[in-house]
Amino acid sequence: MDHGIYGGVIVVAEKFDTGRRPVWCPGCGNFGILVALRRALARLGLEPEEVVLVTGIGCHGRMSGYVRANTFHTIHGRVLPLATGIKLANPSLTVIGHSGDGDAYAIGLGHLPHAARRNIDVTLIVHDNMVFGLTTGQATPTTPKGRITRSTPYGNPEEPLNPLFLALASGATFVARGFSGDIAHLEELIVRAIRHEGFSFLDVIQPCATFFNIYREVRRRVYKLEDEGHDTRSLEAAIRKSLETERIPIGVFFETKKPPFRENFPHAMSPPPGQRVPRSVDLSHVWSRYR
Amino acid sequence: MSGREEFTFLVGGPAGAGVFRSGLVAAKTLFRHGYYVHGDNEYPSIIRGGHQWMMVKAAKREVYAHGEEVDAVLALDKETVARHRGRVREVIVADESVARGLEGVVAAPLMRSVREVGAPSVAVNMAGLGFVLGLYRGDVGRLEAVIRDVFSKKREVAEVNARVARRAYEYAAEAAGELALEPLSIGEPPRGKIVIDGNSAVALGALAGGLSFYAAYPMTPASPILHLLAELQKEYGLVVVQPESEIAAINMVTGAAYAGARAMTATSGGGFSLMTEALGQAAMTETPVVIVEAMRAGPSTGLPTYTSQADLRFVIHASQGEFPRFVLAPGDPYEAYMAGFDALNLAWKYQVPVIVLTDKYLAEGYWTVDEPPRLEPSEGKVIRGEYRGEEPYKRYKITPDGVSPMAIPGTKGALVTANSSEHGEDGYGSTDPEVVTAMQDKRFRKLSGMIEEANGKGVKTYGGGPLAVVTWGSTKNAVLEATRDMYGVRVVQVLYLSPFPSERLSRELEGADRVLVVEANKTGQLASLLREHLLLEPDGFLGKYDGRPFTPEEVEEWITGFMEG
Repeated sequence: MDHGIYGGVIVVAEKFDTGRRPVWCPGCGNFGILVALRRALARLGLEPEEVVLVTGIGCHGRMSGYVRANTFHTIHGRVLPLATGIKLANPSLTVIGHSGDGDAYAIGLGHLPHAARRNIDVTLIVHDNMVFGLTTGQATPTTPKGRITRSTPYGNPEEPLNPLFLALASGATFVARGFSGDIAHLEELIVRAIRHEGFSFLDVIQPCATFFNIYREVRRRVYKLEDEGHDTRSLEAAIRKSLETERIPIGVFFETKKPPFRENFPHAMSPPPGQRVPRSVDLSHVWSRYR
Repeated sequence: MSGREEFTFLVGGPAGAGVFRSGLVAAKTLFRHGYYVHGDNEYPSIIRGGHQWMMVKAAKREVYAHGEEVDAVLALDKETVARHRGRVREVIVADESVARGLEGVVAAPLMRSVREVGAPSVAVNMAGLGFVLGLYRGDVGRLEAVIRDVFSKKREVAEVNARVARRAYEYAAEAAGELALEPLSIGEPPRGKIVIDGNSAVALGALAGGLSFYAAYPMTPASPILHLLAELQKEYGLVVVQPESEIAAINMVTGAAYAGARAMTATSGGGFSLMTEALGQAAMTETPVVIVEAMRAGPSTGLPTYTSQADLRFVIHASQGEFPRFVLAPGDPYEAYMAGFDALNLAWKYQVPVIVLTDKYLAEGYWTVDEPPRLEPSEGKVIRGEYRGEEPYKRYKITPDGVSPMAIPGTKGALVTANSSEHGEDGYGSTDPEVVTAMQDKRFRKLSGMIEEANGKGVKTYGGGPLAVVTWGSTKNAVLEATRDMYGVRVVQVLYLSPFPSERLSRELEGADRVLVVEANKTGQLASLLREHLLLEPDGFLGKYDGRPFTPEEVEEWITGFMEG
């Protein structure tokens, strides 16, 4: 039984387990994220019916088969607009998007800055292994320059993208980075990300055991922002931290409060669109425009 | 008062001169004089400069399409005179400054009227309308009332424009005496009718169908749907979002529908191209989405502001794999309203994507149609609140009609597992050949009900006779206008293009000794559907692909050729 003890209360994560045995490779970073997520959901006191998981295409996408909740396994790159539609249709749902670095930063990158600036109240967890795993090891936008992959046999010719810097620049109101090798820390980050009202961005370094196994290197280089007195209210400090290259900071980079996107639609929220049974609509007032 | 039976008016000028607003005011004014009206515009994809025009045909009977000739032209620049001189039967009116040196143009004191009232010079178009109305001895009070309605958001602007129109109307008295044109009749607007464009009609039809979520990226000619719904969002409790792309729009709509909202998007061919992957997703996840595709001339960016019916085969087949879908093609605003309503109901009844296929001519053209009735949307097989089934809820449960009860996320006792990859009844991914076959069969089992819907509502026949002219979408208007006085011709309009209403269409074509097809594309796409579904080789095909709608004259001439032969 998967459980943890918080303030003397035993929290059971089992209700978020479909009981299916994951088909990821042994040592895959996705296991850490899966366990951390289930525990976080349990800790937040949520019921599976209240949660919607939207997953993209890639190894991470199998999450929707392993987390017992409402799920939508979508096409490649479209986690954010799909999650946005769900949240706007029914804001009482807790909507969590899972995306890979290919899904979120290559094909789906066009959605990230917009979700951030809209401050749509969803959490995006990016399973960032810096490689395409499911298609057997090609470069993604976060693959380091020079790295040899199956699509870059002479070394990756492109500079990698800095997702945290991008999220900060786009106006995300919660920006964090986790490491799948530190499940307890990651669980804490997921809890904070879900609790945050507005768009929460969480990039998780989750090494690919098969195509890009950098566990040891990551372990050697990571440190926790909270251990070094980082001020999460300062955008400037967050940006400086996001630009660090030698050491890898994990934890919350930035958090601020802004009205979530749905507050632009008070006229459509009682009840919200998703909870409305369609009824006959009186359009007589509108027809007068057309005479 | 009797007055003239018909009147056709054209206003032309540079982009930015308020040509469309003038055309709309003219159309409504004529409507309020008791005429049926039809208006159509033409413009290049430019915000300022570039010639544009709007034409309004008014008649004391149903009017479907306008012809090539016009009675009166209001020219807001010299180019309008040069371009349209050849089609004018009665009079060209222009401001004194424009008319100077031009033969056969009535030099009207339009700018003078504007100045005397102290209005800004853009009001010259309203002066033009007042003057023309004066020449035809219409009721200036009706014109003023229309101006007040059209500018209702800016009262002072409305008042000053109304005064300009009246001043110019008064100036026209003298010229009216000299020209002695047959006056307009002044009566009451046709009972129970409205003057509306296809875009507004499809949007309001969707609203009648329970629309609560709309997301769309701007694209001509579908953008006015976004504008109208954005404006009405507060009154009707809608969420309206303009996202970063058409890809985002269709995925937001899919997410909203999955979460229980009646959701729609609209675009043109280019945007629809971007939506095609998510169209398949909606089909595979059995999520009810509605897409309005307002066609313009392609390929690619093509003629962004001109009409076409060349996307028919594209929307029928778009996205990889095979899946059932509805494609509805209304031909006028009344049908567009019904299509907007039906689209949402059908999408939710069958849990399939529905495409409403319109085109620029229908989307932006105005017609006089019956005020649509209030309608009652039906929910479909939806589970809300609590699931009380004995076995665990399965989103894709195999049922005799192929439609699985659809729980909405948040329903107690049900977890809703949508999957864009092939899956079993529980939504969990599967590549098992038996499961894959069973699920594809399940989705296609919906088709028999869908075909019944298509055979029920998918074909309309007008008139009767051995010569059948088959058409679809907005082209029906030119065909109906062209065949109005023909004997022995039946016009058959196909409104459901997918699934194809083969049985009904065969019935409607019974006894026809010749079958002709008219549609606005080069290759004859509806004609090819007749070959495919009815094994029928049409006896003739008239296509058009210059971006302009058919004129009744060209259709009439072509059909007449078959009658003599």
